[in-house]
Amino acid sequence: MSAATMVKNAAGRLIPTVVNGQDQVPFQGVDGYEPTGSKQAPPIRSCRDYPASGDKRVENLEEALRRCGLSDGMVVSTHHHLRNGDFVGVMTLEAAVRLGAKDLMWFPSASFPCHEPVIEMMERGVVHHIEGSMNGPLGEYCSDGKMRGLGVLRSHGGRWQAIQDGEVEIDVAVIAAPTADPFGNADGSHGPSACGSLGFALADSIYARHVIVVTDNLVPFPCVPWQIQGNNVDFVVEVDRIGDPEQIVSGTTVITRSPERQLIAEQVARLVKEAGIMRPGFSFQAGAGGIALAFVDYLARLMREEGVTARFVRGGSTHYLVDLLQEGLTEYILDGQTFDLDGVRSIAEDPCHVATSPFTSYNFHGKGNFASMVDAVVLGATEVDVDFNANVNTHSDGLLLHGIGGWQNCLYSGCTILAVPSFRDRNPVIRDEVTTVTGPGELIDVVATERGIAINPRRRDLLGALQNSDLPIRPIEEIQHEVEQLCGGKPQPAPVTDRPVAVIKWVDGTVIDTVYQVDR
Amino acid sequence: MSVITKATESGIGTAGRRGEEIRSDLWVQLELKEAGGIELALGSRVEPYFGEAIRAQVKEVLNTLGVTDARLEVEDTGALPFVIEARLEAAALAAGVEPAADARPERTIPLPPAQPRQRPRRSRLYLPGNEPKFFMSAGLYEPDAIILDLEDSVHVDAKPAARLLVRNSLRCVDFKQAERMVRINQLPFGLEDLSAVIPEGPDMILVPKVETADQIREVDKAIDEILGGLKGGSGRSDDSGAVRPLRLMPILESALGIENAFEIARASERIAALTIGLEDYAADMGVPKTADGVESAYARKRMVNAARAAGVQAIDSVYGDVDDLDGLLRWGRRSRQLGYEGMGCIHPRQIRVIHAAFQPPPTQVEKALQIVEAYRLAEAEGHGVVSLGSKMIDPPVVKQALATVEQARALGLLPSDRRDEANRLDEVEQ
Repeated sequence: MSAATMVKNAAGRLIPTVVNGQDQVPFQGVDGYEPTGSKQAPPIRSCRDYPASGDKRVENLEEALRRCGLSDGMVVSTHHHLRNGDFVGVMTLEAAVRLGAKDLMWFPSASFPCHEPVIEMMERGVVHHIEGSMNGPLGEYCSDGKMRGLGVLRSHGGRWQAIQDGEVEIDVAVIAAPTADPFGNADGSHGPSACGSLGFALADSIYARHVIVVTDNLVPFPCVPWQIQGNNVDFVVEVDRIGDPEQIVSGTTVITRSPERQLIAEQVARLVKEAGIMRPGFSFQAGAGGIALAFVDYLARLMREEGVTARFVRGGSTHYLVDLLQEGLTEYILDGQTFDLDGVRSIAEDPCHVATSPFTSYNFHGKGNFASMVDAVVLGATEVDVDFNANVNTHSDGLLLHGIGGWQNCLYSGCTILAVPSFRDRNPVIRDEVTTVTGPGELIDVVATERGIAINPRRRDLLGALQNSDLPIRPIEEIQHEVEQLCGGKPQPAPVTDRPVAVIKWVDGTVIDTVYQVDR
Repeated sequence: MSVITKATESGIGTAGRRGEEIRSDLWVQLELKEAGGIELALGSRVEPYFGEAIRAQVKEVLNTLGVTDARLEVEDTGALPFVIEARLEAAALAAGVEPAADARPERTIPLPPAQPRQRPRRSRLYLPGNEPKFFMSAGLYEPDAIILDLEDSVHVDAKPAARLLVRNSLRCVDFKQAERMVRINQLPFGLEDLSAVIPEGPDMILVPKVETADQIREVDKAIDEILGGLKGGSGRSDDSGAVRPLRLMPILESALGIENAFEIARASERIAALTIGLEDYAADMGVPKTADGVESAYARKRMVNAARAAGVQAIDSVYGDVDDLDGLLRWGRRSRQLGYEGMGCIHPRQIRVIHAAFQPPPTQVEKALQIVEAYRLAEAEGHGVVSLGSKMIDPPVVKQALATVEQARALGLLPSDRRDEANRLDEVEQ
């Protein structure tokens, strides 16, 4: 362990050499870092230590944590399948409070506004710091420099990487399960709190020292299908409710009604077609944001017109993807998380709607992953710069408000398209330099705004394929200039101090950028 | 041109909109003071990015207007600079300020070239004149025209402020290829609208609720006076010094207006099109407005005939259900069959549907091209009679085919391999 100093990484950003006591590797460029050694493994367990009846139930979460030997400074993980409806994250930490634990590191796969009570637990010293995506109030807390340790933000794939290579050793994983049996087999696609896939908890179930499954829908053995294998589970706890179904999945996800965003979506769909990406057996991925959903809708129209079908689409699934599957426009949905009720129903009933995990989709330490096999992906960003670097974590005022999700991992697709409005509330999205580099421009191929589409000059093939297109393809600097004129000049730089509050990890575990305390 | 309102007595004026759903606007309350300089309480969604720029602009605009002592309360939701200027000026005028100098923002968009009298007017996108957030992207949807509306979409209290906003948008918003129209209020209130917007060189003025030719003559005269008062201003001439035409489109919205359609259409050289307002027409008739428009069938036929007779375009009303694109397409196609050349849009998504409805179907274009080709051959070979296969083609059919090809070309519908043929048409027509 050495003293923290700041060094400049290959993205030209200053990053701390030590984070929360751990030495860090600065970002070395895309694929520039080659880790070696063996993967991390959990301690040896034996079946003789577990009930032959297969019944691992204990009376409550507190007792389960006690039996796991919860003590000060441990790493406790939870998962965000239940999104803003999750009760289990806070329930777990509250049980830890009752056990008198201190200085825990909370390691959620993502946090949401519903996890705001964790702020109080940090104030009381129960939680030392958070390593995981921080959305909303927790992000603000971190931005204000109130967290004791540094926040560490990782992509979904990066979280798996950190668990596998031992960067993070989980002491206790607590898995919220919409359905489970007493042995610990667990499934996300059934039950009153059904959420679809449980992929985000898979790594924790395999690598954590102790694993607790918490469910509000206990079924007799066997729970089928099992997305989490009971063979990895220490204890099962039954509770009244693991979450608020209304906040877990929306009844239905809705396409944007903003004409600007619809225009962007339509042009992106046309680009995918005109660049020759939309060909028989192709694949694509789009999230559940307004523009991405509208893109799916427009692309589906073009596919129908041309009689083209996809081999697979990657979700975030919604009823728009389910419709594609049912109509035969795609053969499979490979689903990382499920955003609406139709998605949940489909993943439960349709064998071609397959739950995936960050291991199959995104993991750096896998022998390949699905993300690089996707032909086109449509993503968002808070800012991009003229070198095509993009930010999804902070706003232009420096506040940390969003996680990375699978965003970094998806950049490896054949054609990565950022679909963004050219300005938000007078604030231009294309900057000279992004506030935070979440993804290097090298991997970002297209920035599509309502005022023009910029193609990364590195992608001469794309530029060539689109040279006869009447899409508004323009240099990124030209779009930037137009928007700055419209908005009355360049915005003021973010009012931040030079004190780091969090770091952004690249998919390989190196540090790509630093988030600083805001000055307010 | 100062607007005197009741608020003048207290020396307080407000302008702009605020609230949870408001975006890209600026609400301001300005209270004139005897002394103490400028006191500004600013709340802005974009404070971290443009707080300093907003403060500097407020200072500059007030200085130009000659306001030296005032208290301002400002709530900004990301207004662009031309919006900020319009709101500040409107509040100052409402507070009773006589502007010391012209505070209009610098033109950031050069005055576009004048539009021809006859051009495609399939779609005209309505932009409520007091809602700036819709302005910036309007041109991106490629409507044939945009209408900055000062009439029915603007609350009576907001009209003076909307007028300044529309004025500024004609200086600072790039509406791309769209013809730039302004719908003014009825006279006499509309006179102030004309004074504000004409110097900025709009392409066309929509005059609402026209019932008699005299009303048009009155507008015409007012325009002459305003243009006469401009010394080579942007309303008068373009960069080459040529006189810049200003067109009129009267809106007929009553039984009387429909009866007088022909006289109205001929009341001014500036009139390029007539249009109809179906909501008000149905109200005037005392019958409900229906989806298939049975109550306005006569009026629409009467108006299109009058327009044709007067040599101006006939343009249809709007279709109110923005979610029913199939209904819109049916309406538009029927409208085209009647002789209308376009209609209004209240949402950008209607534009493409309307364009599809008002363009000649491919089969018609194909047939027209064949007829024109036959006509060209007959001319070249000195035949008086045009024939296509075994059929003789009557002169009116040839005339219509020429018109269809002309229209298809204007709309960019002819594929490139047809361009040569279309070019040869010019020789034929000469």
